[in-house]
Amino acid sequence: MWGSPGLLLTLALHPALAVAPARDYCVLGAGPAGLQMAYFLQRAGRDYTVLERAPGPGSFFARYPRHRKLISINKRYTGRSNAEFNLRHDWNSLLSHDPRLLFKHYSAAYFPDAGDMQRYLGDFAGRLGLRVQYNTTVLHVALDKDRRAWNGHYFVLTDHKGRVYRCRVLLVATGLSVPNRVDFPGSEHLEGYESVSVDPEDFVGQNVLILGRGNAAFETAENILGVTNFIHMLSRSRVRLSWATHYVGDLRAINNGLLDTYQLKSLDGLLESDLTDLAILKDREGKFHVTLKFFVEEAGTNQSADAVTLPQDDSDNFAMRVAYDRVIRCLGWNFDFSIFNESLRLSSGSEFSRKYPLIRASYEAKGSRGLFVLGTASHSVDYRKSAGGFIHGFRYTVRAVHRLLEQRHHGVAWPATQHPITQLTSSVLRRVNEASGLYQMFGVLADVILVQENATAFEYLEEFPTQMLAQLESLTGRRARHGLFVVHMEYGRNFSGPEKDVFFYDRSVGHTEDAWQSNFLHPVIYYYRHLPTEQEVRFRPAQWPLPRPTAIHHIVEDFLTDWTAPVGHVLPLRRFLENCLGTDLRSFYAESCFLFALTRQKLPPFCRQGYLRKQGLASTESLRRHGVESGLMQDHAAAGQHLRDRGQQPGDRRPV
Amino acid sequence: MMCSSFRVFRVGISFVTMCIFYKSAANSLPELSPHEYFSTLQPGKASLAYFCQADSPSTSVFLEGLHEAVRPLQDYGISVAKVNCIKEETSRYCGKDKDLMKAYLFRGNILLREFPTDTLFDENAIVAHVLFALLFNEVKYITTPEDLQSAENALKGKANIVFSYVRAIGTPEHRAVMEAAFVYGTTCQFVLTTEIALLESIGSEEIEYAHLYFFHCKPVLDLTQECRRILMEQPLTTLNIDLFIKTMNAPLLTEVAEDPQHVSTVHFQLGLPLVFIVSQQATYEADKRTAEWVAWRLLGKAGVLLLLRDSLEANIPQHANVVFKRAEKGVPVEFLVLHDVDSIISHVENNVHIEEKQEDGEDDVEGPDIDIQDDEVAETVYRDRKRQLPLELTVELTEETFNATVMASDSLVLFYAGWQAVSMAFLQSYIDVAAKLKGTSTMLLTRINCADWTDVCTKQNVTEFPVVKMYKEGENPVSYAGMLGTEDLLKFIQLNRISYPVNITSIQEAEQYLHGELYKDLLSYSSVSVLGLFSPTMITAKEDFIEAGRALKGYVITGVYSGEDVLILSNKYAVTLPALLLARHKEGRIESIPLANTHAHDIVQLITDASLETFPEITVENLPSYLRLQKPLLMLFSDGSINPQHEKAVLTMVEQKHLDSLTPCWLNLKNTPVGRGILKAYFDTLPPLPLLVVVNLHSGGRVFAFPSDQAITEQNLLSWLKKLEAGLENPITVLPAQDWKPPLPAYDFLSMMDAATLQHPTRKAPECLKDPDVPESVKEHHEDKSAVEREPTETLRIKRWNRSSWFKYAEESLRRDKEL
Repeated sequence: MWGSPGLLLTLALHPALAVAPARDYCVLGAGPAGLQMAYFLQRAGRDYTVLERAPGPGSFFARYPRHRKLISINKRYTGRSNAEFNLRHDWNSLLSHDPRLLFKHYSAAYFPDAGDMQRYLGDFAGRLGLRVQYNTTVLHVALDKDRRAWNGHYFVLTDHKGRVYRCRVLLVATGLSVPNRVDFPGSEHLEGYESVSVDPEDFVGQNVLILGRGNAAFETAENILGVTNFIHMLSRSRVRLSWATHYVGDLRAINNGLLDTYQLKSLDGLLESDLTDLAILKDREGKFHVTLKFFVEEAGTNQSADAVTLPQDDSDNFAMRVAYDRVIRCLGWNFDFSIFNESLRLSSGSEFSRKYPLIRASYEAKGSRGLFVLGTASHSVDYRKSAGGFIHGFRYTVRAVHRLLEQRHHGVAWPATQHPITQLTSSVLRRVNEASGLYQMFGVLADVILVQENATAFEYLEEFPTQMLAQLESLTGRRARHGLFVVHMEYGRNFSGPEKDVFFYDRSVGHTEDAWQSNFLHPVIYYYRHLPTEQEVRFRPAQWPLPRPTAIHHIVEDFLTDWTAPVGHVLPLRRFLENCLGTDLRSFYAESCFLFALTRQKLPPFCRQGYLRKQGLASTESLRRHGVESGLMQDHAAAGQHLRDRGQQPGDRRPV
Repeated sequence: MMCSSFRVFRVGISFVTMCIFYKSAANSLPELSPHEYFSTLQPGKASLAYFCQADSPSTSVFLEGLHEAVRPLQDYGISVAKVNCIKEETSRYCGKDKDLMKAYLFRGNILLREFPTDTLFDENAIVAHVLFALLFNEVKYITTPEDLQSAENALKGKANIVFSYVRAIGTPEHRAVMEAAFVYGTTCQFVLTTEIALLESIGSEEIEYAHLYFFHCKPVLDLTQECRRILMEQPLTTLNIDLFIKTMNAPLLTEVAEDPQHVSTVHFQLGLPLVFIVSQQATYEADKRTAEWVAWRLLGKAGVLLLLRDSLEANIPQHANVVFKRAEKGVPVEFLVLHDVDSIISHVENNVHIEEKQEDGEDDVEGPDIDIQDDEVAETVYRDRKRQLPLELTVELTEETFNATVMASDSLVLFYAGWQAVSMAFLQSYIDVAAKLKGTSTMLLTRINCADWTDVCTKQNVTEFPVVKMYKEGENPVSYAGMLGTEDLLKFIQLNRISYPVNITSIQEAEQYLHGELYKDLLSYSSVSVLGLFSPTMITAKEDFIEAGRALKGYVITGVYSGEDVLILSNKYAVTLPALLLARHKEGRIESIPLANTHAHDIVQLITDASLETFPEITVENLPSYLRLQKPLLMLFSDGSINPQHEKAVLTMVEQKHLDSLTPCWLNLKNTPVGRGILKAYFDTLPPLPLLVVVNLHSGGRVFAFPSDQAITEQNLLSWLKKLEAGLENPITVLPAQDWKPPLPAYDFLSMMDAATLQHPTRKAPECLKDPDVPESVKEHHEDKSAVEREPTETLRIKRWNRSSWFKYAEESLRRDKEL
C-alpha cells in the first residue's frame, strides 16, 4: 500500500560520457514494484540490474507509514486451498513460484506492521537472488540517441559516485517520494506528516488542526484522538470512504475513528475549504489562527499577526474561530521528476494528475519509448478506480509489462494456452472463480480469449491491459482474426462513489436475468466480432470500460464470489458463448454422440472433439437414470413400445 | 269442434307464415311436387332432391343443413330441391314410411346416388357427399398401401397426385378436399383414404388430424424412383388446400431481374416468403443449379427466384448472395450472406417458425425457458449431487502430497474440477474403476481437485478437465487418451502392466506370445497382439517400431523380436523382414505385414487399422474407430445375436471383395439399446428385425434399407448393392445436415442496458442521496458551492467586492458542510 522510496533532489553535473557497457534492463528502485519486476526478469533469464539508493530493499517502509500499521489486509485464512484464489485476499505478497514467500508467513496481524513488510522484501530479494545494487543513488537520467538501440536510444543513468549506466530499457519504480505541499501564507508553521511526532504524549490537551483527508491524515488523527482536546480536519473535498468508492486508496474503516466522534458530537470535526484560500497566523502565544489569504494580503507584509483580520471578526460564529496548538499537513505524495532530464518528457504538466508521470495504459511513458513506470508511480492509469497504486494491484501490472517486453524485445509471444472450443465455458469459469489479477485489477486487466477459425478452438491470454486492446496483436504476438472475448470484473456502473449509499435495500441482484444490474464485483464478458480499433477504445461510450461490444454478458454477482452454480452461473454463460459463436456447446454422453453420429450428418462440437476422437464420456447407471427422469435422455432399452413420442419429449435435442 | 276448427285455423296461420318464409328463401330451396321437380331436370346438370311427405315436419336438423348447402352447391352448378310427395302424384322416390325419406342425386334424369338423411348430417356432409359422388373419377378412394402404390406408379410421368387422409367421409376436411378436387380434379389425381394404416405406411405422425400430401409424380420418369411427397402443414381448409396446390404447381424457379422489394409471385401472394439467389453471368449455371436445389428443398415453404445481378439496377450489397423477402407486407428485404444450401433452408425455416410462434404464441405456454438446463451431463451430475460416492477408494492428493505420492509408486492421477460437470461425471467411472481394481492392482488410483489445487495442476500442464495421467517411475507421465469410461480406463490400466513393446527373447517365447499364452490374462483387453520382427542389423526400423509401440501403450499389446534366429519366424510366416506379425486371438489367426521404411506414425496407423475387425459388432465404444475409415456403413440391426447365416453371407461377400467400398458391421440391440433410437430416425416405426441398411454418413447422409421382404442372402444383397451403386434405389431417409446452432438464445443484456439508458438514466442504484427534507435554500447553496469549487479565482474576486456578505456565505457553507 505504500510507494517505494524516492531519490534525492540533488542535481549532479553530468560527467563526461564514459562509454559503459549497456544493460538490457535497468530497474530504478528496490521497492515492491522494482523487486517484482526483477523477479520476472530473472526468471526469464534477462540481463538486468536494480539500482537502489538505500542499503536494503523497501526502505520506504523503514519510516512509512509513520504509525507503522499497514492498511493492506493480510488475510491468512479463506477456507480455500487454491493458491491463486487466496491471492485475491492477500494484499501484501509479491508474485513468485515460492510458496514460502507469501506474506502470511511474515505477520499474523490482519493489518501488519511496516517492519514486517521490510523484512519480507528483504527475504524476497535475498531468497530469489535478485540482482540489486544497493547504496546507489541515481542522480540523473538522460537519453543517448542511438539508432541501433532497441528503442532508438539508450537511457544513461549517473549515480552519486559518477558511475554511468547505459540501459536499453528503463523501468522506473521509485514510487511517490516527495511530500505534497500547499503554499499559502503561514504554511511555514505546518508540521509535515513525514516529520510530525508519533508520540501521543506530545499532543496531550492540545487543539489540533490536520490538513488533508486521506488515510495518512486519519491515521495521524487516530493516533492522538484519545489525548487531544479536539481534532479538526480540513480539506478541499469531502471525505471519500473506500467502502463507498470501492477504491482501496480512499479512507478505510480502520482509520475512521474521527468520523465516529465527529458525528457523535465529541468535539472533533471535519470541514471543507480550498486550502489555497487560507492563511495561518501565529499569535504571540504561539497558537495558530485560521484566516483568509486575502486578509493577509490586505493587511500587507509588515503587519504583525495580531493585526490581521480574522473571519470571526465579521462573522462571529465562524467554525474555525478557535486557536490551534498544532497544524499538521498530511497532503499525500508526488513523483520525483527531478532526476529525469527534460528530453525524457516524463512530466505530465496536466493539472489533474500532476503527481504522476505521464504514461500510457501499457505503462510506457508517453514521452520516451522504452521507459516504463511501475508500481505506485504508475497509478495514473487507474487512479481512484482500481488497485494499480498498491502492491496487490501492481504486482499484476508489472507482470503485464514484463510480458509486453518479452514480446517486444525477445519475440516471446504473450503466454497463452490452446484449447478446443468445448473447454470454453470451463476456461472462463475457472478464471472468474480463482484469478486474482482480474479480481484485484478489476477494470484494468482482463483475460482475452482469441477465437480460432471456425470457432473450433481458442487461445486464452491472461491479464492483458484492457485499454491496449486495439494494439493486442502487436503487443502480444497473437492473432485476433476470428473474434474475441474479453473477460474482466466490474462493479455496477452507478454503485460506487463518495456520495453513494452502498447499503441501500435491494442492493444485491439474485436473478440471472437481472445480472447486468449487479452492483458488487462480478465477471463481465465482452464479445467482439472484430478487434476494436484505437478510435473505438478511445471514444468509447461514457462509463464503458471497453468499447461497445457485439454482445455482453454479466455473470450475476454472488455473495460468496463463487460463480459455479450450474443454473445460476454456468448455464447463462454457456448460452452467451454459444450465441456469440453460433454453435452448441453442450456436453453429451457417448451414447448420445453415438446416436447423433448415425442419425445426423453433423455432430455437436463436444462429440466431434471428444467422442469421434475415441474420447467420449461414458455415463454410469445412476447418471443415466437421472437423465431419463429429467427427460434429457431417452430410455432406449424400454423404448420399443412408444416410438411415436418422437420429437415431443422436453429433451428433444434436434439441432436448430 | 271448436277445438278442431281452432286447430285448423292455427295450422292455416302457420302455413301462411311459412309460405312467406319460404318465399323469401325461395331461390335457395324450391319446394316442388314430384312432377314439377322432374320437369325441371336438365340433361347433364346435377340436382339433389329431398323427397318428403307433405305432412312431415317442415323443420328438421336435416332440412336446416340442406338449406345451408343450397348456396355452396349452386356454386358448383348443382341445384337443390325439396320434393313434397303428395297423394295425387305417386313417385317411387317417395318412400312408404315417413322415417325412410331419402335424398337423391340426379344427373339429368339419371339417378346417381341415394343418401339416407342421416349421412347428410350437416352442410359439410351434404356438400362433401354430393361432390364425392359427382367426382367419382377425379377422386379415387383407396384403402390399402398397395392401392396407393399402384396409383402412384400409374401416374408417374403423367400427373401429380393430391393424397389426403380424412378421419371420415362428410367431415369438414373431406368437404374441403372435395371442393379442391372440383377445381383441380382435371389437372391432378386426387386420392382419398380414411384408413389410418395407410397414412402410417407413408410415415406420418400425429394421425388424429387430417393430412394432405402433394406427390410430385409428373416429373418422375424412372419407375423405380419415388414421387417426392410434400406434406401440407396448414389445417385442411378449402382456402389452404387451394393455396397449397397452387404453390405446388407454380414453377420451381423463376428468374427475375428487378428489385426484390417489388417482386411478387404466386408464393408471395399466398403468404409465403421469397428467397432470391443472387447470380451473375459468370456463375449463372452453378447458381441456377443451387437455386433449383434450394427450391426443391423449400417446396411449399417459400418461393425461390434467381436474381440476375448483372441486369439489375437496384442496389444489392456486394457480398450478399441471398435476398430474403418475408411474407409480411411492407417489411424490408434482408440481404444475407449464406454459404451453403443448408443455411438458406434453415434461415427460411427459422423465420417461418417465428411467425408461427407469434401467431399462436399468445395463449400458449411460453417457449422453452432459457433458464432450464438442457445439457444432459450438467443436469444428470446435478441431480446426482447428493449421492455419496465411495471416494475413499481413491487417494486424494494435495499440493503437499502430490509429488511424494506419484514418485513413490506407479500412480494414475485424475485431474478434475469440482465445479465442472464432465469431470464429475467421469469421477463416477473413475471410482468404479478403483472399486473393480481394489486389492488387485499395483497401480495407485489418485485424484486431485484442480479447483482447490490449481497450481499443482498448472505445474503438471493440466489446464483443462478432466485429464488422467499415469506416472511410472523412470518414465515420463503419459496422458490417457481413451474413452472416459470404466471399461476403457480399466483396459488401459491392465494393459499397462507390461512394457511397450515387450522385449521377446526367444523364438519359443515369440510363439507363446503370438498364441496368446504369454499374457493370457490380458487377451480380453487387446483383441490383437503385434510382434515386430527385425534382424539385428535393422536398427532404425526397430527404433521406429519401438516408438510406435510406446505410442500404443495401454491400447494394443506390442512386442519386438530381433534375435539372430529371427529368420525362422519370418520364414514360418512367409514374410520378408522387417515385418509385423498380427495375432488375432479371437479368430486364432496370425497375419503378417511387411514393414518397409515405415515411420513410427505410420506403423501406429497400420496397427490401428489392422486391429479393426472385418465384420464387427458396432458399439458405442468402437464406432469412432470404424467411422475413421470414411466409408458408408453396411449395417445389420439385430435384436440379439446375429443370425449365423447372415453373418456368413456378409463374411463371404467380404472375402470376395464385394464390400470393399463399405464398412460392414452389425448392431445388437440387446447390447446397444440406443440402436432403437437410430432405427426410429430411419423408419419412424420400428420395422421387423433383422434389418440391413446402408448409411452414407460422409456423403449426403442418405440411408437405404434392404427390402424387408427379401432374405438376406449373398445374391439378394449383391443385386441390391448393385442397384444402389447404379442409383436405382431411393433412400428411405436423408439424414439432416443442420449445423448445431445454439439450442436457445441468451439473455440480451446489451439491449437491456440500452433500453435502460434510453428510458431512465438511473440504474438500480440510487443516483445520489435525494433527501426530500432538505430545504430548497440549502440545495441552492450546495449547487453554489460546487461552482465555487470549479472556479475558485472568480469567486474570490466577488468576495473582495463584498466582504461581509461573503462571510455569511462562507460561514453558511462551512456550517452546512458540518451538517453533512
